[in-house]
Amino acid sequence: MSPLLFWIFAAIMLVFGGMVVIHRNPVASALSLVVSFLALAALFVSLDAYFIGVIQILVYAGAVMVLFLFIIMLLDLKAELRRRPNLPAVCGGFVVIFLFIVAIAEVSFRFQGGDASFQPIAQGPQGDIWHVGMILFQRYNIALQVVGTLILVASIGVVVLSKRELK
Amino acid sequence: MMHLLLFALISLIKTIGLIFVIILPMVSYTVYAERRVSAMIQDRLGPNRVGIPLTLFGFQKDIPFFGLVQPIADAVKLLLKEDFTPNHVNKFYYCLAPACAMAPSMMALAVIPFGSQLWGEPMVVANVNIGVLWVFAVSSLGVYGIVLAGWSSNSKYPFLGGIRSSSQMISYELSLALSVIPIFMICGTLNLPEIVRYQTVHGWLISPIWLNGISLFPPSINGQEIMRSFDFLKFLLWIPLFISFIVFTISMFAETNRLPFDLPEAETELVGGYHTEYSSMKFALFFLGEYAAMIVGSAVIVTLFFGGWHVPFLPTTLVDPYTFWGVILGLIHIAAFFFKVALLLFFFIWVRWTLPRFRYDQLMRLGWYFFIEIALVNVFIVAVILPFMRR
Repeated sequence: MSPLLFWIFAAIMLVFGGMVVIHRNPVASALSLVVSFLALAALFVSLDAYFIGVIQILVYAGAVMVLFLFIIMLLDLKAELRRRPNLPAVCGGFVVIFLFIVAIAEVSFRFQGGDASFQPIAQGPQGDIWHVGMILFQRYNIALQVVGTLILVASIGVVVLSKRELK
Repeated sequence: MMHLLLFALISLIKTIGLIFVIILPMVSYTVYAERRVSAMIQDRLGPNRVGIPLTLFGFQKDIPFFGLVQPIADAVKLLLKEDFTPNHVNKFYYCLAPACAMAPSMMALAVIPFGSQLWGEPMVVANVNIGVLWVFAVSSLGVYGIVLAGWSSNSKYPFLGGIRSSSQMISYELSLALSVIPIFMICGTLNLPEIVRYQTVHGWLISPIWLNGISLFPPSINGQEIMRSFDFLKFLLWIPLFISFIVFTISMFAETNRLPFDLPEAETELVGGYHTEYSSMKFALFFLGEYAAMIVGSAVIVTLFFGGWHVPFLPTTLVDPYTFWGVILGLIHIAAFFFKVALLLFFFIWVRWTLPRFRYDQLMRLGWYFFIEIALVNVFIVAVILPFMRR
């Protein structure tokens, strides 16, 4: 993977990430977020993390954002378009961005471990899925089961809460 | 650098060869087949006239040629029609939507092994370990085309079509992905060429008779040798595999918006659904996208269950793939793959002209109440059987 591709996809990701905030049309924002996710998936693939990249597309771009779009399309978009940007909020946003950049710069200049390069993990014919599966289902099996139970409880809770009004 | 360029060149040749030489003509001839088969089922003739137009050059008669030139005439018609854009649409998304509907099905083809090898070069554009996940990921992006078309058309029937389509595709993606997990548990890989190679050794996954490979000349393979001998457990394992085939195929019908699940474009209720406001080539792109998605779906089913390019009783490889017979064998494998795809496409068409459309709530109930549960139980069944087979 050449650095050129990294810069291209990173630029796409950042530009469309910015468009999510800048666009006043919610559908345009949602679609920009999809493109940003796709570029992020490309960055994962460039690190040989095919599995995470494809899950990024499958879950976020393919399922979560479709649901978002689904909800947004049921909204009144005209009202959303008429809203003017709030000046103090914009200024506050820039301040937060500036502080965040300062914090990241501070950390990355102080922390020397970032200079070291590591051996690629996903070697061999099985690829990264095999490694992910081995680590998830052997080393962290208990934690995985606990998280699974938590998600199950949460989804049952959602069903119960959304059914409450029907009684 | 030289190596990278060569790789890029070979990939480019494979992509162009696959899409422009095989898939796009196949799409247009699937449309032709759809019309002829529907005519056959309804006791009509169908388009059987368009042939080589000799009358244009002053001859007395055309050569009808079974109407096989019909797709070209259709393409010319669609290209020359007025491209009418209604005034009330959201222009940018209205133009973006047809491309979004067409592109994903083409992208999904990248990981499908459509042949064994030609001149030693594996006949798959991208041999990656994520294999079938890539197909699911990309085809889940296909819903954007339909949703955007429905929304940007700014009129009620397309909007209803778009809403229906997004809920339908999200619902059936779950059962689509869950139903094939048994295959990966048995083969131990997500890589589609590896799954085909597994089937060349152990027999097609859809077939209950697993000899040591249906091929007379099984190649040596260093994989897990689960189904070495002919025994009772193989038949036991065939049951969950057949269930997963049924669930996967029916979910594929829903995912490609084919009848009996064509609610997003149900003509009798929604005029044309999401593409009501489209005309000319933009409409044609939706049309092509739908048929291309059908071909990709058939190709995935063939790869996962019907042994991909494998031909029974033929050797899977020769010692030297560069000889004349090696190339011939490679071509036979490619032809076998597309022959199987064509048979499945015929099945798709047959079902369309045989079954009536589901109601919306029936469709949702089928997906959420039955298929997901069946697929989950299926995974458990395979997980129970497999330890006995490994021994």
